[in-house]
Amino acid sequence: MIQFYNVTKLYPNGAKAINDLSLRIKQGDFAFLVGPSGAGKSTIAKLIFREEKPTAGQIFFNGRNALRFRGREVVAMRRKIGMVFQDFRLLSQKTAYENVAFALEVTGVSRWEVRKRVPEVLRQVGLEDKMDRFPAQLSGGEQQRVCVARAIVKNPVLILADEPTGNLDPETSRELMELFLEINQSGTTIVIATHAWDIVNELKKRVIALESGRIVRDEEQGSYGYGVS
Amino acid sequence: MGFLNSLRYCLRQTLLSIVRNFWLATASAAMITVSLLILGSFGLIALNAGQFLQQVESEIEINVFLQDVAPVNDLGREIRALTGVERVTYVSKEQALEEMRESLGERRDILTGLENDNPLPASYRVRTSNAEVVPAVARAIEKMHGVDKVRYGQGYVEKLILITRWVNVAALFAAGLLALAAIFLIMTTIRMSVMARRDEVEIMKYMGASNWFVRFPFLLEGMAVGYLGSKVAVLILGFGYYYLLLQVDQVSLFFVQLVTDQQTLGMLFGALFALGVLIGGLAGSISIRKFLRV
Ligand SMILES: Nc1ncnc2c1ncn2[C@@H]1O[C@H](COP(=O)(O)OP(=O)(O)O)[C@@H](O)[C@H]1O
Ligand SMILES: [Mg+2]
Repeated sequence: MIQFYNVTKLYPNGAKAINDLSLRIKQGDFAFLVGPSGAGKSTIAKLIFREEKPTAGQIFFNGRNALRFRGREVVAMRRKIGMVFQDFRLLSQKTAYENVAFALEVTGVSRWEVRKRVPEVLRQVGLEDKMDRFPAQLSGGEQQRVCVARAIVKNPVLILADEPTGNLDPETSRELMELFLEINQSGTTIVIATHAWDIVNELKKRVIALESGRIVRDEEQGSYGYGVS
Repeated sequence: MGFLNSLRYCLRQTLLSIVRNFWLATASAAMITVSLLILGSFGLIALNAGQFLQQVESEIEINVFLQDVAPVNDLGREIRALTGVERVTYVSKEQALEEMRESLGERRDILTGLENDNPLPASYRVRTSNAEVVPAVARAIEKMHGVDKVRYGQGYVEKLILITRWVNVAALFAAGLLALAAIFLIMTTIRMSVMARRDEVEIMKYMGASNWFVRFPFLLEGMAVGYLGSKVAVLILGFGYYYLLLQVDQVSLFFVQLVTDQQTLGMLFGALFALGVLIGGLAGSISIRKFLRV
């Protein structure tokens, strides 16, 4: 589903976030991107989502060169990806419900479908009684869950979650992971950037460990720790 | 289905945006009103100046004085065959004398006795389709056999042609400049509304909204603002001009006939209206462009 070939990303200020990295994520995969802060996890997510373009190397999405995508194809690709942003990116003047509905509305889904689907998803992330609150009236963890709801509401083929449990207590984090696992069961590819080592170790899924923009370890059914088998 | 849903969503967004940014929208509309008022006033002046010039032009006549031995009929045919010539009237020696007598009024007596030895030449009076061709036609006639002198207000006509050209060029130039200024002003105001919704636009793009979907509400917003602005401008101009016509009618001193032709005025006002809506839409879509490249 996603392939990176010798991808390097230099930010305009000279920071080398990704360094000659190759990577392959298959349809239906459930993978963790782990590594210390600044290792390049968010940058990988941004490169897949086409928020950033690589300085060198090639990126393929569904077998096609994603760097050659033009406007219309970028739009089509983004509709297939559910992105959970590390910085949430919720619209402050819209309620939780409206923020989630927004993701459907931009793709031209009927209002009837929106009314049916949005409360359903908000219930799945445990926010059914806070639908009409604005982001400012929600805690960090709740905002994060709105962001997750917005990503899964459109039934994407790929969910890219950047630190989705960063603001959640262990209990809620575990519930969210359950939800991701459930979605993964139906064939959706899931990539989660995180440094929540306890969850990673527990789930025994694929772990891609990064350090200074390079992959230092890539294990099926892995754990977080470095060099520990 | 997707298209209709999107359309409904866009319309709702447009309305919301105008209500939320009420003062900004009002300011933009006022900009359009002012620009169109200036533009429209200019158009009305140009229209009237054009009519005045046409009036003056239509009074220009070429007087072709003939030698006594001229082949009158052949000359008439030759003149009529020239391009640009519209009407040719023959004035015989007797008619010329009669006309002079009439113009002298009470002192016509001094002409008695001239009937038998008429010193006035016969002539052709030539009217052309427009003033521009007068000098060329006059030159061509001058060369014809049997023509004595050609008079058409030399110098005066050339000046008139020059003035007409300048008025046209200046009108076009000023109109273009004003339209540009209006676009610029509205762009600034709509850009403020875009800036206020910048994050929204960015997130829309990240959610997989097409450029069309993002642009459309801004386009509509611009057009709606343009519509309101031009409506006010056209109303003010219309009533203002109507009032002016009434005033001129009462004073009735004016030697210039003001343009009252409904069709011409309607076309001017219609064009102003269309321009306002167009400028609004253009400004709306231009100001959003930069933010679409995400
Ligand atoms: N927009 C940016 N401009 C400049 N440097 C950046 C930008 N985003 C990230 N970086 C740098 O790139 C490196 C990787 O960052 P990031 O991908 O956010 O890491 P992680 O998500 O693993 O913490 C860091 O050194 C960071 O400072
Ligand atoms: Mg990060």
